[in-house]
Amino acid sequence: MDNDIMIKIEDVTYEYNSIGEEGQLRAIRNLSIDVKRGEFLVILGHNGSGKSTLAKLMNGLLIPTKGDIYVMGMNTKDENKIWNIREKAGMVFQNPDNQIVATIVEEDVAFGPENQGIPPAEIRKRVDEALRIVEMTEYKRHAPHLLSGGQKQRVAIAGILAMNPDCIIFDEPTAMLDPTGRIEVMNTIKKLNKVEEKTIVLITHYMDEAVEADRILVMEQGEIVMAGTPREIFKQVKKVKELGLDVPQVTELVYELRKEGIDIQEDILTVEELVRLL
Amino acid sequence: MIIKLNNLNYIYNSGNPFEKKALDNVNLEIKEGDFIGLIGHTGSGKSTMVQHLNGLMKPTTGQIIVDGIDITQKDANLKEVRQKVGLVFQYPEHQLFEETIYKDIAFGPKNLGLSDEEIHIRVKNSMELVGLDFEYLKDRSPFELSGGQKRRVAIAGVIAMKPKVLVLDEPTAGLDPRGRDEILGEIQKLYEKEGITIVLVSHSMEDVAKLVNRIVVMHRGRVAMDDETREVFKRAEELEKLGLGVPQITRFMKHFKEKGNDIRDDILTVEEAKEEILSYLRRRKNA
Repeated sequence: MDNDIMIKIEDVTYEYNSIGEEGQLRAIRNLSIDVKRGEFLVILGHNGSGKSTLAKLMNGLLIPTKGDIYVMGMNTKDENKIWNIREKAGMVFQNPDNQIVATIVEEDVAFGPENQGIPPAEIRKRVDEALRIVEMTEYKRHAPHLLSGGQKQRVAIAGILAMNPDCIIFDEPTAMLDPTGRIEVMNTIKKLNKVEEKTIVLITHYMDEAVEADRILVMEQGEIVMAGTPREIFKQVKKVKELGLDVPQVTELVYELRKEGIDIQEDILTVEELVRLL
Repeated sequence: MIIKLNNLNYIYNSGNPFEKKALDNVNLEIKEGDFIGLIGHTGSGKSTMVQHLNGLMKPTTGQIIVDGIDITQKDANLKEVRQKVGLVFQYPEHQLFEETIYKDIAFGPKNLGLSDEEIHIRVKNSMELVGLDFEYLKDRSPFELSGGQKRRVAIAGVIAMKPKVLVLDEPTAGLDPRGRDEILGEIQKLYEKEGITIVLVSHSMEDVAKLVNRIVVMHRGRVAMDDETREVFKRAEELEKLGLGVPQITRFMKHFKEKGNDIRDDILTVEEAKEEILSYLRRRKNA
């Protein structure tokens, strides 16, 4: 198995039975992807396009109907490996309140490694380190329910970090947060990728978050319909909008100006770039 | 004046160590025909204030006047107030409960004691207003619908009460961009066609900039700003200090102006930015 591949998805189909519907629905159709080690991968797509199903397939919460998924070479169908797989590929969900189990922040962060059977001294080290990375050390003795949304989500991330994963999969981690909370969580995710060298898979509806990715995949009806760097994806303004998604406002402005005959580079993503160019 | 808040204070957990002043001397006037964007970071007091507007919460001190009635008086008719001020909570689809969409939307009007005929008209109109096909959907279960559609059913249930003021607490949370644009489009239609006064609580500066004509900014339980949309978004630095911001396009125009380009910096939408840049580039070329 190739050492540079974190998660290998080989010709995967996932079908499920929907209550009240005849027959089976296909959430994922014949999908093949390699998530590279150290990569920051963003997955976009409207609700119902199959993004969350794909995320749950990536760490064995769901098992493919057809095809195989390997996390660092381990097949998610292998029941003996499932706990190793979930240690390597941790997952953070939308609602922080559903992910917090303890009444004190540091006890919550310790929950994962305790279940892994890690010795207490090592747990202490891991909890302190995880809280340092998400910048929540000063809150370690606080009650989680009194924290802000962004702080709670960072505690949830620390809980995953304490299990020492190589990869973290985020399923719309900022959807329920206010602007400050979103910035806090995005800064944490970027730091995990750049400083801690974790592989990141981020599912989001926010295009300003997607522009931070190394690579973007766009899903529609269980298939990948676009793939490329943020610049390559977002310059296709018309196609992205047809898929029910957004582009950054400055990218849209450039698209509109080009339509009016203004000669300007089309793959602009940030305010700073456009100010320099106009 | 449809709603008036006078020196409103609300203290949580009064007298114990977790005491917190959620509303600190709030004064606010909501006029008929206002389309207000209510913004502020989590914990700024937005939701607490919103729940005072129809008497769901009682202020510790202060006065709330709704359509001429002082609802803080002991004998105030809160049923009437709640019909006048409709409140759509966050994730309102969690409150759906009936077997059919028709019954769910009819629940409020039925409790008002209206005739079956009037209820029928109201359910039909409300469904049309939020873009739900009456004949096709009325007898189906609300639980078969997609997230965005369920949310519309919940909003229709509030509209069927014929409120004068509609308060929506983050109506687009958790929706994808298309679902978000659809719901915001329906809200704008309600405002323009039905003349309902609207208070929209939102975390999205882009959405607020596109829709509302007045912004109220809450911070630490106080009203920190209250002005026309364009005026509020001119104060980018102050908004950032409050944990908020301005739309990306507004930020771009401001930076572009600061670089020495003679343009307007009170732009709110991509469309406005395009017109302003095109006219500026023409002027620059002719100069």
